[in-house]
Amino acid sequence: MSGHVVPVKTYVFVFLALMVLTGLTTGVAFIDLHAWNTPAALAIAVVKMLLVVLFFMHVKYSPKLTKMVVVAGFFFLSLLVAFTLADELTRNWSPRALDWSTAASVTHSPR
Amino acid sequence: MSTTVIAEIPGHERPSVERVNYLNVDHSVKSWLLTHDHKRIALLYLISITLMFFVGGFFAVLMRLNLIEPTGLVAPETYNKLFTMHGVIMVFFFLVPSIPATLGNFLVPMMIGARDLAFPRINLLSWYIYILGAAFTLYAVISGGVDTGWTFYTPYSSSFSHTSVIPTAVGVFITGFSSILTGLNFIVTIHKMRAPGLTWFRLPLFIWAMYATSVIFILGTPVIAITLFLLGLERLLHIGIFDPAIGGDPILFQHMFWFYSHPAVYIMILPGMGVMSELITAFSRKRIFGYTFVAFSSLAIAIISFLVWGHHMFVTGQSVYAGLIFSVLSFLVAIPSAIKVFNWTATLYKGSISYEAPMLYALGFIGLFTMGGLTGLFLASLATDVHLNGTYFIVAHFHYIMVGGAVMAYLGGLHFWWPKITGRLYPDAWARFAALVIFVGFNLTFFPQFVLGYLGMPRRYAVYPGEFQVLNVMSSAGASILGVGYLIPLIYFIWSFKYGPLAGPNPWGAKGLEWTTPSPPPTENFEEVPIVTEQAYNYAGTSESAHG
Amino acid sequence: MADMAAHNAHHGQHDAFQHQFEDMEQQRDAGTFGMWVFLAQEIMFFGGIFGAYIVYRVLFHDAFEIGSNLLNVRFGAINTIVLIASSLTMAMAIHSAQAGKKGKTQVMYLLLTVLLGVIFLTLKFSFEWRTDYHEHLIPGFGFVIRNAWGGAGIHVPLFFCFYFFMTGLHALHMIIGIPIILVIAVMAWRNRFDEVYYAPLEMVGLYWHFVDIVWIFLFPLLYLVGGRYLSNGGQ
Repeated sequence: MSGHVVPVKTYVFVFLALMVLTGLTTGVAFIDLHAWNTPAALAIAVVKMLLVVLFFMHVKYSPKLTKMVVVAGFFFLSLLVAFTLADELTRNWSPRALDWSTAASVTHSPR
Repeated sequence: MSTTVIAEIPGHERPSVERVNYLNVDHSVKSWLLTHDHKRIALLYLISITLMFFVGGFFAVLMRLNLIEPTGLVAPETYNKLFTMHGVIMVFFFLVPSIPATLGNFLVPMMIGARDLAFPRINLLSWYIYILGAAFTLYAVISGGVDTGWTFYTPYSSSFSHTSVIPTAVGVFITGFSSILTGLNFIVTIHKMRAPGLTWFRLPLFIWAMYATSVIFILGTPVIAITLFLLGLERLLHIGIFDPAIGGDPILFQHMFWFYSHPAVYIMILPGMGVMSELITAFSRKRIFGYTFVAFSSLAIAIISFLVWGHHMFVTGQSVYAGLIFSVLSFLVAIPSAIKVFNWTATLYKGSISYEAPMLYALGFIGLFTMGGLTGLFLASLATDVHLNGTYFIVAHFHYIMVGGAVMAYLGGLHFWWPKITGRLYPDAWARFAALVIFVGFNLTFFPQFVLGYLGMPRRYAVYPGEFQVLNVMSSAGASILGVGYLIPLIYFIWSFKYGPLAGPNPWGAKGLEWTTPSPPPTENFEEVPIVTEQAYNYAGTSESAHG
Repeated sequence: MADMAAHNAHHGQHDAFQHQFEDMEQQRDAGTFGMWVFLAQEIMFFGGIFGAYIVYRVLFHDAFEIGSNLLNVRFGAINTIVLIASSLTMAMAIHSAQAGKKGKTQVMYLLLTVLLGVIFLTLKFSFEWRTDYHEHLIPGFGFVIRNAWGGAGIHVPLFFCFYFFMTGLHALHMIIGIPIILVIAVMAWRNRFDEVYYAPLEMVGLYWHFVDIVWIFLFPLLYLVGGRYLSNGGQ
């Protein structure tokens, strides 16, 4: 009845991979990749997360249901971020009506 | 309940008199406060939320009293506190936990043939957390109340309000965790503890609804918790998260608030829909029409509910492009909701319908929910929303869903399962009378508000122009009828708990595992683990084919 | 949560068996699944604040880069290594139970995990946060907007507000986790866990790994995405 036993070797390997990735992400931050610094940092973070989730947390060996719960969590989080950004990023696309007191609105507007 | 009293009542089912059940197994206060029994915890919740319901209702009475006169009877500041406390208490402390924490707690294990929920201690913990949250909120009421509206919109709540915003926010924050724990318990229980043979598509639809509700509990509630946390932080430190003067975006608060609070609307109505499916089938003696569609529509509602929150923000300065998307998606929710209404109606067709009290509530639900839902479409349309937003039209719309829908279903469910919960019957004539009083009172209260809103009366004002007085007086008159309607069941339920005639295991002749055990059930629910071999709602007998 | 149900021993089941379940298999399944559902909740809990952070980073790109560059990347990187190492020791604690090793081995790994956790928190509070305080970088506690930041300066406090809130919430999760690990360690010391029953160990492990994952995202989001190449880095 006990769960899948992951060999120690796997754990150590995953740990080393995580160390390498930590070094990599720190190093990459000091290189100017223009717009790509943030995506690179996030991509490495996602890989690290997957390593921890799949091996340390045994999701690779877990039933589909567990995988579904994990995916659902991240899916709904992405909904929150995506739909909020859909507003925040497009708010200035359309011309705005002038405020009643234009002078005051310049300093008070969120953007 | 002493045995001598029971013996004097000419009950239908004498043999169960001396039987040990979950109620009489131990009478000490300690045995109640430390219980792990889901049925007892359900009763603890029932008592607590009933209390909160009448506290919240009290504020509503004062509001309607104030609005009898165009000039108002209380100071505007007081009125602001009245509608805020009414909203906070009714939404977070009554509607959200209402069906899940009481009927859900009682019925989920019974309907799936389990001895208890998966985590009984966590279940008890959730009640204590609820009580703690309620205590904070009631403290906020006593310490002067809050005037931000139940939505806590920034920057008013974070920078300007001088009332007890933080105690209230803390109360709501804490109570959120009680819902999360309830949802967690339900999801795990429904996945892991179903009786042998009880496949997903043999489950009662109430279970599907509770499952969908729990998904929202788990995925939505944490966001409101963190949002209120940010609000408290902003209020204490003024660091500018939501303050436009320092660069913050107050509309972000609304995004985060409605990311939970819109799905929370479905937390309130989905369980009611689950109850409906049980009531309609039981009192028309028919299998539900289109079981799979009704089941999946619950999940569809839960998921789509996370995609529509921006329709609360059409007039806030939210991007019109985002508004377009949110508007389209909001119309989508109508589809699964309509599926349910059509399928209940189709279930009634050629059924042998009887009009006991629970069924009266169920029929009331169909009509009122449909009205609430259809008026929602007006509000989901970008253009009409500009006219209707912030008026009594909205107040009427969501009360048709929340009171006409959720509360009607809650009362219907309570009447339906009361004999199972207490083992006793209530006087049916009184119950039917109360259902009618509530229906009439409700419509008299809220229908005029549709008209008021359409004519342009804004919500959340203590005073109004004289031309609106007739409709406002109608509404206040309806509210007093509604109030009486709610007091009648309170009285006969308390009476029947002690003096009602014995009910027997299955007074309605209904299907479902919960009706196969004695009433009230023993602590372990089932003497032996039931084995399920048939579809849900098999009223026609075993021979009927699987599809409905 | 399965620690106190010894009264069910007469079922002929394991000591920790609880009456509402059919068998140990079902109990273990339910426990682990419950923990996962709880973690889904945690994703949304942290997700709310991550979402707000992302929105503001997009809106106030320059101010957030300035703020990020004021953080000491060395502390962030060291803490990342410390926390990942604690995840490894936690995984090893569970492994030693699964492999049927003695309670003492499990206890050793658990204590190592706690030790690493304490090192993380010490670095965070007594070094990083203290320096921030002396440099007037804590909003609400004498934050000073420097002239060198230019026009973006007024939004820098917002970055630090998120920085302290996010790392603080993360640290709070660790502070909650450490005593739980210690309780589990006591149970392990009493040889309560073996290859058949180790659910509590497994559950606290999932929690700890989750806290690790949160940090895996916090590190780049707070310390790195600010374009480190602009400054000398690491102050």
